[in-house]
Amino acid sequence: MLETLSSVSERAAEDAVFDEVVEAGDSFVHEVLAGQTIRIVDLKGNQAVDTLFYNAHNYADRYSAQDTIREQGNVYLTTGTKLISTERNVLMTIVADTCGRHDTLGGACSTESNMVRYVIEKRHMHACRQSFLKGALAWSQKTGRELDKRDLTANINFFMNVPVTQDGGLRFADGVSGAGKYVELRAEMDTLIVISNCPQLNNPCNGYDPTPVRILIWDSERKHV
Amino acid sequence: MDDAILWEEVLPGAATWSHVLKRGTALRIEALEDGCNVGAMLLNADNASERLSLPDSLKAQHVARLTAGSVLYSDMGRILCSITDDTLGWHDPLGGCSDAGLVERKYGKCSYQEARNDWHQNALDGFLIEIAKHGLNSRDLMMNVNFFSKVEVLEGGAMRFVEGHATAGNAVELRAEMNTLVVLNTCQHPMDPDPVYAQRPVKLTLKRVEAPGPDDLCRNSRPENQRGFILTERYFL
Repeated sequence: MLETLSSVSERAAEDAVFDEVVEAGDSFVHEVLAGQTIRIVDLKGNQAVDTLFYNAHNYADRYSAQDTIREQGNVYLTTGTKLISTERNVLMTIVADTCGRHDTLGGACSTESNMVRYVIEKRHMHACRQSFLKGALAWSQKTGRELDKRDLTANINFFMNVPVTQDGGLRFADGVSGAGKYVELRAEMDTLIVISNCPQLNNPCNGYDPTPVRILIWDSERKHV
Repeated sequence: MDDAILWEEVLPGAATWSHVLKRGTALRIEALEDGCNVGAMLLNADNASERLSLPDSLKAQHVARLTAGSVLYSDMGRILCSITDDTLGWHDPLGGCSDAGLVERKYGKCSYQEARNDWHQNALDGFLIEIAKHGLNSRDLMMNVNFFSKVEVLEGGAMRFVEGHATAGNAVELRAEMNTLVVLNTCQHPMDPDPVYAQRPVKLTLKRVEAPGPDDLCRNSRPENQRGFILTERYFL
């Protein structure tokens, strides 16, 4: 069984080559190069960070939730989890995690799924897949590379708690995260990440109060030796 | 009243199949041997950028298993297919599909040259070849269902493949609520511990069915599904 103990990182913020706050309801798109480590900090606690991952050299090769959970034999993600792609490459590895458990079955909220899950009239509330599309389209415009709705597939929900039961139940529960908890991932390949800092107000995934997260990136440790 | 059968066919093991299941028709899949597995991907045949979203399906219905009364949502808040009948009680949305490396590690290499149509095939390549016939490619893959298989999630999150789950004669029926490109693959489940490479066939029955009425099982299984049916019906207005 997967270790679910959280593990702490030794990396210091002042050594980071990138440090930025992403507000709730915003998207964030960035290439993390092989060897770099990215940390996502849940600044205020219980904030879902919906994240997509692509092989930076071939966006058709992207994060696969089913391959990732099957290969590790566990539906929750934590330190040691290898993010497997649809072409069975390892995109990233979770190398530190003070939260202890992240979801990859709950998907990302959308205006359409909000209509189904809550009330049809909630269509116009902000949702993750609005942010994903905005981020993907802006990236596509900036780089000239194709990235659009077809590419919005399985994602990870960092800091989100979606317990699955032995009788086949699944629910969104109160967060297991707290202010200052973080997760770190080391890129095993050049990886494009697309984040939506979740704006959902209709369920406990953000504690009904979406808040900012902080993104830090460190270069490969080899460069510091 | 009997539904009107359009045709029946046998889908052999380790095979891939696709068909645009029209709104108003249904597909019944029956296991012809114990231990069958049928991987499935679904897309809106009229706009393939809309496709099965298992995360949306699971969270809307608060389930990690599929059975009669469950519906399969697209990423656009609509229902591609409903599960209107099921003799088994559990179909797997978690395990995903096999690939060439996994099949070779488990069962060894066995080429077409060597074994003709008993060669070792895998589900991922089957899906990719089949969707290519519809002008689609690896960008159009999605998380797949595995009909007739069961993966339990234990306390702590560990996944366990349940052996001996489906037996010959078990059947599941999908009613198309939209014109749905259904892609099926009958390779073994990627977590099936059986060390023997096996080709296990299923029977497919295509039939015409009545539109879901106000008392429909799937429509009324949850308030979320009532809204899902409303949104799907609006798409055809």
